[in-house]
Amino acid sequence: MTEPALNDPMLPMPFVVVENIKNNPDCTLLAVRPVDSSHLCLYKPGQFFMLYAFGYGEVPISINSDPSLKHSLTFTIRDVGGVTAALCALEPGDPLGVRGPFGNGWPMEDLAGRDVIVMAGGLGCVPLRPVVYHLLQNRKDYGRVSLLYGSRKPEAFLFNKELQIWKRHIDVRLIVDDPAPNWDGPFGHTTDLVKNLEIDKDNTSVMICGPEIMINLSADKMLELGIPPQHVHISMERNMKCAIGQCGRCQFGPDFICKDGPVFAYDKVVERLLDIKEV
Amino acid sequence: MKKTDSPAACIDRKDIDALFAALKAEGYALVGPTVQNGVIVYDDISTAGDLPIGWRDEQEAGTYRLKKRGDAALFGYNVGPQAWKKFLFPPREKLWTADKTRHAIAFHPETPDAPGYAFIGVRACDIHAIRVQDKVFMSKNHANPRYKARREKAFILAVNCGQAAKTCFCMSMNTGPKAEDGFDLALTEIIGDSHYFVVETGTEQGKALLDKIPHRAANEDDLKSAAACTDNAKNEMGRKLDTTGLKDILSRNYENPRWEIVAERCLTCANCTMVCPTCFCSTVEDTTDLAGNHAERWQTWDSCFTMDFTHLHGGGSVRHSEKARYRQWMTHKLSTWFDQFDTSGCVGCGRCIAWCPVGIDITEEAAALRTSDGEKND
Amino acid sequence: MTKPKLAVWKFASCDGCQLSLLDCEDELLSLAGEIDIANFREASRAVVEGPYDLSLVEGSITTPHDRERIVEVRAQSKYLVTIGACATAGGIQALRNFKDVKDFISIVYAHPEYIDTLETSTPIAAHVHVDYELHGCPINKKQLLEVINSFLHKRKPDIPSYSVCIECKRRGTPCVTVSHGIACLGPVTHAGCGAICPAYNRGCYGCYGPKETPNTESLARWLRGNEMISEEDMLRLFRTFNADAPAFKKESERHE
Repeated sequence: MTEPALNDPMLPMPFVVVENIKNNPDCTLLAVRPVDSSHLCLYKPGQFFMLYAFGYGEVPISINSDPSLKHSLTFTIRDVGGVTAALCALEPGDPLGVRGPFGNGWPMEDLAGRDVIVMAGGLGCVPLRPVVYHLLQNRKDYGRVSLLYGSRKPEAFLFNKELQIWKRHIDVRLIVDDPAPNWDGPFGHTTDLVKNLEIDKDNTSVMICGPEIMINLSADKMLELGIPPQHVHISMERNMKCAIGQCGRCQFGPDFICKDGPVFAYDKVVERLLDIKEV
Repeated sequence: MKKTDSPAACIDRKDIDALFAALKAEGYALVGPTVQNGVIVYDDISTAGDLPIGWRDEQEAGTYRLKKRGDAALFGYNVGPQAWKKFLFPPREKLWTADKTRHAIAFHPETPDAPGYAFIGVRACDIHAIRVQDKVFMSKNHANPRYKARREKAFILAVNCGQAAKTCFCMSMNTGPKAEDGFDLALTEIIGDSHYFVVETGTEQGKALLDKIPHRAANEDDLKSAAACTDNAKNEMGRKLDTTGLKDILSRNYENPRWEIVAERCLTCANCTMVCPTCFCSTVEDTTDLAGNHAERWQTWDSCFTMDFTHLHGGGSVRHSEKARYRQWMTHKLSTWFDQFDTSGCVGCGRCIAWCPVGIDITEEAAALRTSDGEKND
Repeated sequence: MTKPKLAVWKFASCDGCQLSLLDCEDELLSLAGEIDIANFREASRAVVEGPYDLSLVEGSITTPHDRERIVEVRAQSKYLVTIGACATAGGIQALRNFKDVKDFISIVYAHPEYIDTLETSTPIAAHVHVDYELHGCPINKKQLLEVINSFLHKRKPDIPSYSVCIECKRRGTPCVTVSHGIACLGPVTHAGCGAICPAYNRGCYGCYGPKETPNTESLARWLRGNEMISEEDMLRLFRTFNADAPAFKKESERHE
């Protein structure tokens, strides 16, 4: 990891859009590269960047790239208006500002030799995509790998083509919230996908990302199955303006999501997530 | 700042102007306490005549009044509503500007506008507060370049308190009333047969400055008088905060009926966070001209008491209840600050107590939580 | 590309908020460069027909005729923004909501039979869908420009709904309640004015209406408990330009 060589950590670096692909009705995949190639920083799966749309502002977006591709960064952005709408509307050649990477990322180094369960809910698949790539590229270093991915509607699944390819190498299971005419798979919660999943509870690590309620349900399910909470890792989201622990917004009890997270071992945060409201 | 071994000296009241002149000659911009509209606020000063001569403050939860002392003390009052953060971390500051053409954005960083401030009359609690903010803004990896530039240039002329307000509790927080270090020069004001100051030097810069103005060595009696002055402040200390185990008491009392009680009073107006010398939270404003080709980013003071502070798309505000917002503020000050910065976020200055428009008292709230925590564990 | 069309509409009001737009002097030219000021009678008699992309609506609904007219305005407007205390809360004229309007009419007018008015003064949002409300009496011209700018660039206006206290402290004004015992509505009032009154040693009059989560009860209890204001004046304090805004209305009723 190299820290970005910035005198001012709040100053974005000029980047340009290389590619804009509509992932699904709400989501856009944006590939960007730095104007000055020396500004391309190394990053870890699970880290995030601050993307600045000119005049609109800045938002934290998880890195989404295949970590082996070094020439550009990719992000999947959901259009919820404002900055995200402006980012989704950028076309190849358009400029934007980028700061980062920030945050700790997934503990990939602790996972070697273990079985891995990756659980994604909706857009939560985004920060997990680099994880899947890392696992595929270093397949022999890991045991069994399962991707359990739940979506509200069939058309909202991200990375459809890749999912088909991943299926050849790892156990990929998909589920949608409610029955849908264009869906012949199962419906229900992501947690329902653990049925018939063979789990070696002493040698399995879990990575979960999605809406907070999905994270809680999924993590609890894993605990129920006997996986120790320190091997269940979750990625959290909070409002943030600086990403360097100075604006104060993303505090979650003693932690700053931006620098102590966004990835946390579940045993460290479970009480604050479940027993206490509005931390 | 490293403490020097220089022995204490004495400066006559009449030579305070020489001290200020020497600072100005060094290129410092002097800022210090002044009386404006019945309140002591920090502003540009030039001579000792600009100081709140002969004033004292009466402070209680939710009230602050200036009264005449009956003498001509220069520093015979305690802290007012403003903190030195107004200079080091201004309420509104431009971070950068940017101009856009079709295929490029040019970002222009804002060069730190950093006059070398000489802070006149910094109290011990506020020296600690500045250090607390140093930990936030001068971290190794991500220093705020504007804060850092101003902080590194600043000259700190401390004043040891000879009196305490009813809202003061620096003794509980081990931050005062006497400044032990973190200053260039520290004054203790002595008013007796003569009016003079006992001076301690904290740094080489402080010593060099002292050497430029008339002074004499302090004798035993001078030091006794200075100690008596500090003792008076200790005796007058208006409030106490029992910090024994307090960090843990707060961390295990996120759910406690006391939060509901204080939430009924709390206005979520954010005054406590604005006057607090350690509160550092901020937001940014991204603006453009109407044509949309020139953009600016400004940083402004923000507060954990606003709804926008924790707003998440699709989820509303994480801390939507008043209770959760007050709890965040107080728990951060007295508990989670230790986890984050290895220090208390509260320095016992009492500003949040005096300047809460409805007189909510952090020491009272902490004591109530302690009592109720004890009952739970019985 | 054609410029978006702007219309400005007036209902029961003093025109002060519309004037904020004319008051934009320096920015008015660049504004005219970005938007077609198609219907703004305060500024020009030339009127371009609707529909309009952006309508700014000033004033409250006080007559049966206006009640119908606002529906027509809405039908012609793609995006409708109400500006000012009248349009967002009924204005000072909503004081009638607390009394019998017929009593006023008989006292004020020589020929009450000519007066056709409603019993209440109500905000625009009580009648039609409103896309955005800009508070203030009068509105702040910088905030108005921000609303128009954000409309042009399709983003959310950056108009904070926190207290006036935050603006006060940012500009360095010490609290007038704490330092002088002045009854001030700042802690329960929506920011936006830039905290003008406390800077001149006056309490906030609440011109911008209630802030987010306003705890009026606690403030009133403290001001009364410390004898900063009489019960009668407390009622008046909450019953001015935003008398009918729910939080202020409810508080004023506690002091009747």
